[in-house]
This record gives sequence, C-alpha cells and structure tokens, in this order.
Amino acid sequence: MTTTVQPTASRAAGGAGPLGTGSRFTRVLGIVVLVMVAFQLALALWWSPPELLQGQAVRLFYLHVPMAITGGYLAVGLLAVGSIGYLWKRTPFWDLLAASAGELALLFTGLTLLTGSLWGRPVWGTYWEWDPRLTLTAVLFLLLVGYRAMRNAITDPDVRARRSAVIGLLAAADVPLVRLSVDWWRGLHQTTTLNPLDPELDGLMLFTFFFSMVTFAALFLWLLVHRFRLAWLDEQVAAHGLQDAIAERRREAAPAPAAPSAAGEAPAPRVADPAVADAAGGAS
Amino acid sequence: MFRDAWLVAGKDLRIEARSKVVLNQIGPFSLVVLLLFAFALDPDRGFLQEATPGLFWIAVLLSTLVVIQRSYALEAVDAGRDALRLSGLDPAGVFLGKAGAAFVVLVVLEVGLVVGVRLMYGAPLRGWLLLLVAGTTATVGLVAAGTIYGALAAGLRVRETLLPLLFLPVVAPVMIGGTRAFGAALDGSSAEGWRWCGLLGTFAVAYLALGMLLFESLLEDS
Repeated sequence: MTTTVQPTASRAAGGAGPLGTGSRFTRVLGIVVLVMVAFQLALALWWSPPELLQGQAVRLFYLHVPMAITGGYLAVGLLAVGSIGYLWKRTPFWDLLAASAGELALLFTGLTLLTGSLWGRPVWGTYWEWDPRLTLTAVLFLLLVGYRAMRNAITDPDVRARRSAVIGLLAAADVPLVRLSVDWWRGLHQTTTLNPLDPELDGLMLFTFFFSMVTFAALFLWLLVHRFRLAWLDEQVAAHGLQDAIAERRREAAPAPAAPSAAGEAPAPRVADPAVADAAGGAS
Repeated sequence: MFRDAWLVAGKDLRIEARSKVVLNQIGPFSLVVLLLFAFALDPDRGFLQEATPGLFWIAVLLSTLVVIQRSYALEAVDAGRDALRLSGLDPAGVFLGKAGAAFVVLVVLEVGLVVGVRLMYGAPLRGWLLLLVAGTTATVGLVAAGTIYGALAAGLRVRETLLPLLFLPVVAPVMIGGTRAFGAALDGSSAEGWRWCGLLGTFAVAYLALGMLLFESLLEDS
C-alpha cells in the first residue's frame, strides 16, 4: 500500500519532497506482514481444529479478537497518547499520530463490529445482541466517527489539532465509564469466549490465537506508518498549496520569456521537509 | 475562579431572563417531545408508565442539546466569544459559569418534564430522595460534558449537525445510569438505584475536572 503522491504535491512540499509514503523500512515490513497474514489465515481457516462448542465459527475469532484488541486498545490508546502529547508539546507530530491512530481505530472497530455480528449469527442465532462488549464497541465506533467528522469539519490546522486533541482525550476518558455502565446495565452477563489462558485449550488453537495477535499488531504498525506519512504530506500540500497556486498564476500572467520555464523549476527554492522521510522514527 | 464563574453564569442567566427563549421555545419543545412519545408508542398509559424513566431522559438529552446550542449562540453574535477571551476571566471559571447557567436552565426544564410525565403518562412518583440525587448528578454530568462539546463545535459552519454526533454517544453512561436510577426509584427498589448514582457522580466529577482543565485550550481559538 504505497501511495504515490502526484508531482504537484511533491513540488508543493518544496521541490525535493518524497514521491510516496514508502521507505525501505516499510517495504520490508510490508512483505513481512503479507507473509504473516497469509500464514495466519492458513492457520485460522484450515490448520487449527474446530472448537468443541462453537464448531467452525471459532475461526472467525482469530480475526475478530485481534481486531478488537488492536483497534480498541492499541489504536485508541495511541489516539489518547497523541492527543495528550499534542496538548502538552503542541507539535504536529502528536496531532498527526492521533489522527492516524484514530482513523485506524475506526477501521478496526468497524471490522470488529462486522465480524462480531457475523459470528453472532451462527452462535447466538442473531446478528445483534445487547451484550456489554458489543454495546461498548458500538459506542466506541460512534465516538471515533465523531472524532473523524470533527477533523474533517475544520480546515485551519492549528484549530483542528487543538480541538481534535480535546475530543480524542475526552473519548478515551469516556471508554471506561461506558464500559462500566453497559456492564451493569446487562447485569454482568458473560458470554462464551475463547480464554487463551485456559489450559484445556488445544495447543495449535492457542498458537493460532497468539500468532493472530502478533500479525494484527504488525499490520497495524505498517498501516499506521503509511497513514502518518500521508497525513504529513497532506499537511504540507495544504500549507504550501495556496502559495504555489499564486506563484503559478503569476508566472502565467508574466509575458512569456524566450525560453518558457519548465514546470519542475519552482520560483524560489524552499527548504524540503526532512521530517517526512523521518516520520516513522520521529517518535523518539 | 468562582467569582468569574458567578459573573459568567449571571450574564447567561440574565440574557435568558430577558429574552425568555427557554420559557417560550425550549420548554414547550421538551413537552412536544413527551407528546411525540405518546403518539409513537401507545396511547395506553400502562406502557408509557413503564417506559417513563427512559422517555424522560431522552427528552432531557434532546433538551440539553438545544440548551447547549443556545448557550453558545449567545456568544456567536457581536464577537462575544472574543470578548470573553479578552475579559481576562479564568477559563476554568468561564467553563463553570457556562455549565452553571445551563444547569439552572436544565433543572427548570426537568421540573417541567417531571410534571409532564406525572400528568400525561400517569407515572407514580416515588423515592423522592433518589430521584433528586440521581437527577442532580446526571444533570451536572450532562451540562459539564455539553459545555465542553458545545465549545468544541462553536464557531464551525457545521456546529448544529456536529454537536449531536459528538455529544450523544459520550453521554451514554448518563442515559443508562439516569434511566436505571429513575426506574429503581419509581419501582420502589432504591438500593439498586444508589449504585447508579455512584456512576453518575463519577461521570459528573470526571467531566467537570476535564472541562476545567481543557477549557483554556478551547478558548484559545475561535
């Protein structure tokens, strides 16, 4: 998933900006993730045995549970960290980290809901049950939709960063309260789940479960790096786009010299943003 | 801080007292909601009586949205928001003041709604102490969260549509807690209801603290 940025965008970023979000690190990581996903699917869908009570439906769990944990804990946790980081440091890095994590959290939470209801149909006999965990995930999904809607509604990067950071922080703070309230609401009603610490569990099932967790975490990291770099490039385009457009109009208006300047020659050399290339390692 | 809060709350409430928007528009709106529930569900009082706690809190939630929107619309004209920033008031005080004024308005509306469900749905009112405590803590939580989200959406072109999307999922615990506590009070099983008051109190304290902490960031831009 290497996104190629149009030449205009790279020119806007200073003439020497990167042409995509890929780097050597992400390419290697991408290949590793691809192999892991293939192996994980083979494990989950063919090699691991069916479960005693749920039968074949358990196979969906190897996708569902890692998705839920990656989306609900890892991604939402990073959203909160990015939001707090921004309010504290006020640098774009933290804002874009929160934005990228928030978007991936939305994706993974949405997929968690989808796979959960597909699993619920054969096991519970219904697509939707007002189970505490399902309800919590649905509320979390809506909170993340709100976060994204807020980001899309504001164009000024500083205002957007500040307000989004507050929303991200509030959403993360709300999760434990929603969790507690839906637990009480349903009277702590528990449902059958795969308990990875159950010693009775088949060894291959246990391995599949843990391997799936690692695979999804790696997939998340890969997507996060790309999404972060894309967001960074986006910000650069937005910051320089208007100035470049004005410069271009001026060039058009000026009487054409004998040798028309090529599109690649930007009027004034601007400092290229090295942060784009180092975005992945920028956390340190 | 509390003096600043007092000033801001006084300003908002004086505007309300003079414009009478709550009396003439928001109050009747919440009664219309009660009427709509009867149309949608059943004219049979038994069912409405059973569903009273939930319907009451949905009506309160919808009214809260309108109250919060109104609270920030007051400052949208004549650059009132900028004036508030320039006034040098403590941001935490501004937050508490706006939340306090919204609290007073919402309590007035809730009293009207309680009378409404008593008369229109025939709900028996029992467990007054629990009703009072649960109602107050839930309202504090609602106005605290609402004041933060109102400030977040204020000044945007899409504020009217964005606020409900941001605010309503966040107050899910208040909706559940308020409904359960009221249900317990009306059933006469108060013990169950007090546990919910704990949750409502936690929500209220958490959002009051977050609001006092974060309101400075929100007042910076406009």
